[in-house]
Formats: sequence, C-alpha cells, structure tokens
Amino acid sequence: MSRLKENYENSRFHRFEKWVDGEAPSREFRMETKAPVKRLPPEELSGPRLNEEEINAVVYDERHNKELKIFRVINRLTSVVLCLTLIGVLLWTVVYLPEFGNPDNPTNNEVAARYIEKGVEETGATNFVTGMILDYRAFDTFGESCVLFIAATCVQVLMRLDDSDDKEKMKKKQAEENDRIYEPKNDLILQKVSCVLVPLLFIFGIYIILNGHLSPGGGFSGGAVIGSGLILYLNAFGFKKTERFFTEKIFRRITLASLTFYCLAKSYSFFTGANHLESGIPLGTPGAILSSGLILPLNICVGLVVACTMYAFYTLFRKGGM
Amino acid sequence: MRIFELFLLIGLIVCATAVSFTKKLLTSIIIYMSYSSIMAIIWVILQSPDLAVTEAAVGAGVTSILFFVTLKKIRAIQAGQQEDGTGEAEGAEGSKDSGETESQAVEETDGTKAKEGGQ
Repeated sequence: MSRLKENYENSRFHRFEKWVDGEAPSREFRMETKAPVKRLPPEELSGPRLNEEEINAVVYDERHNKELKIFRVINRLTSVVLCLTLIGVLLWTVVYLPEFGNPDNPTNNEVAARYIEKGVEETGATNFVTGMILDYRAFDTFGESCVLFIAATCVQVLMRLDDSDDKEKMKKKQAEENDRIYEPKNDLILQKVSCVLVPLLFIFGIYIILNGHLSPGGGFSGGAVIGSGLILYLNAFGFKKTERFFTEKIFRRITLASLTFYCLAKSYSFFTGANHLESGIPLGTPGAILSSGLILPLNICVGLVVACTMYAFYTLFRKGGM
Repeated sequence: MRIFELFLLIGLIVCATAVSFTKKLLTSIIIYMSYSSIMAIIWVILQSPDLAVTEAAVGAGVTSILFFVTLKKIRAIQAGQQEDGTGEAEGAEGSKDSGETESQAVEETDGTKAKEGGQ
C-alpha cells in the first residue's frame, strides 16, 4: 500500500527527480540558462554590399598580379616538401618499431604475463581484455565513459536550440534546424530493411554486452552496435516513433543512473591508491554467464551510456534536441 | 591468406591516398567508410574481433553518419536537380539525395557489421 505524502511537492526526492528530468529546476540547483539577447545592427550600418565574384576576380587575377603567382608557386612547393618530409619521418620511425609478433618485444613483460596467468582466477572473466579493462583498470574505464558523457554534453551545448519567447521565431528556427522536414518520409525499402535489421542489431548488441566477459566485445562495442541500430530505426520511421520509447527524460535517467553506479562501484581505487578491494560478490565458475562479479553490471552500464550517447549525438545534429 | 592480407593492405593505402585526391566531400566520406570497413577485416585477421566490431560500428557507421549530417548542416552537399523550389531553404532540395545516400550508408555499414560479427 503506497501512501501519498501530503507535501510531496516539497520533498527532496521530488526536487531531485525534477532536476534529473530537467524540468523547472528547483531553487537549489538553479543555473543561468538563458541566452543573452542579441541585437542585430540595422541593414544600413553594414555598408554597401560588394559583389563577391568581382572582388575575387580582381584580387586573384594571376596575369596582372605577379606577387600572387610567385606566392602560389612557393605555397605549392612547400606543401609538397612538407608532406614528403612528414611521410619520411613517419616511415623512418616505423623502421625502429619492434617487430610485429616478436616474443621478445618490450610489451611482453611481467604485467601481461601476470594478467594471463592469474586473470581468470582473480577476475573470473575468460575474456582477458574485459578482465583487464573492467577489473584491474576499471577506474581508467570510468574516466573514458565520463569523457563520452562530457562529449555529449558539449555537443548539446553547441547544437541545442534555445527556448525563445517569440513563438513565430521559434517555429522558424526549428524548421531551419530540423532538416528532416524536407526529406522523403516513409521510404518503403528503408522501412522493410530496417524491420529485418534493427531487431537483429539490437539482439547482437545485447549479446555482445552480456557476453562481454566470455567472448570478444564488451560494453563499448555492444553499445555502439545498439546505438547504430537506434539511428537506423530513427532514419526509417522518424522522430515520432522513437520518441515513444526514447525521450530526453529517459536519456537523462539512464546516463545518470549508469554513471553513478559505475562511480560508486569503482571510484574507491582513487582513495585506496589503485589497490584492489574485495567486492564481496562471488566470482562464480569462469565461463558461466553469471560469473566474474562486478564485470557484468559494469559492462551493462558502459553499454547503456555508449548507446545513449551515440543516439543523442545523432538527434542533436539533426534537430538540436532529443 | 597472405595474398588476401596484402590485398587488404594495398586497399588501405589506396583509400588513404584517394581521400586527399577527391574533390567532393561526399566522396571522401564514403572512401573513409570503406577504409574503416577494410580496417575492420584487418582487425579480424589480427585476432582482435572486439576491435573489429567497434571499428565497424563506430568508424564505418556512426562517425560517417555524423560527417554526412554535418555536411548537410553546412550545405556542402550540392543539389543534384532543382525541383520547383518552395523557396524556404536552399538545403531543402539538396536534402533529398543526401538523405537517401545517408540512409543507404546506414544499411551498408550495418550489413557489414552483422557479417563481421558472424565471423
């Protein structure tokens, strides 16, 4: 029996929920989000408009402008010389690289040997790479997923449409940004193909994520596959259909939840000096799907963040919002 | 197998040089996509299928799609044929072909991805 609190509107959880969803930030979390009002100068102030082609014809007239001719020749010569030197330097460096696949290479040191010898025993993951990424060096991976999140935030800052008070202006702006308006919709071939491909892609991505500790792959690759599946679905069926199950609210919640979980699970190594702490979760038998402790939930978190970020990039590029 | 590897590596070099010699931005992006697909096969040969999946999904898929969208945003994709313009936006007519190529690109990359996953 759930009991409704009388002052639910003022409760801490409600305010937190609103903050996560980005609706009406409460006073505690309020930030200045309004763009400054631009005042464009009137047309007369910008001066007489010169024909661009005429100017270019005068400036880049090679027959009468000898300086320009010499400059162009020198420019081309230096670019060729620069390219050739760069290629030479790079090839020269490659000569000094250790031979590919040589067992005496400096990378084959005691660290790799230890990971291979004790990896299965200590992490429970039969895929060494995942064991390394999400157990021994999980804190580094946390930084990587944060970089992805920050990238998504930056794209949002750059591409997002500001809310404007003027409704007419807003409509015009939206039409300009949302270039899908003029595109052919309901392309039959695309829709039929994506009917077949999208479920396969989703299942393949989920398989990669869930089997990250058993077979090649993991959170990042699986998340990227799911993200591209979402983009394909969006291309075939349009924004209206995807918004039925994937909105900005869900994007915010998923990203926040997975990043927070990852942070709570692994950031202790920041304080313990990268020393390993026992998680308390039994490792299970290596090879079973429910094994290797924290690696499976961490893989799911990374996959969710990556899939959401890929999709968010695309939607932000297309219409400046989720 | 050796010959196949050499063939792939030569393809890689050809793609890399071809990007700098193409004049159209759209073509160079498609060459970039094929570069990524070849690279994904090379990753499989080098026994790192996890990297191959990532390369196919990110390099050939998402990045190129974002490039396409950016080209469209800066109106770099020219309109093939001008239909009777409603005159609202210049990019409106151009968006027709580019939209189609883009969605085809999605299919292609997704197809390669699925194939490589099966290997």
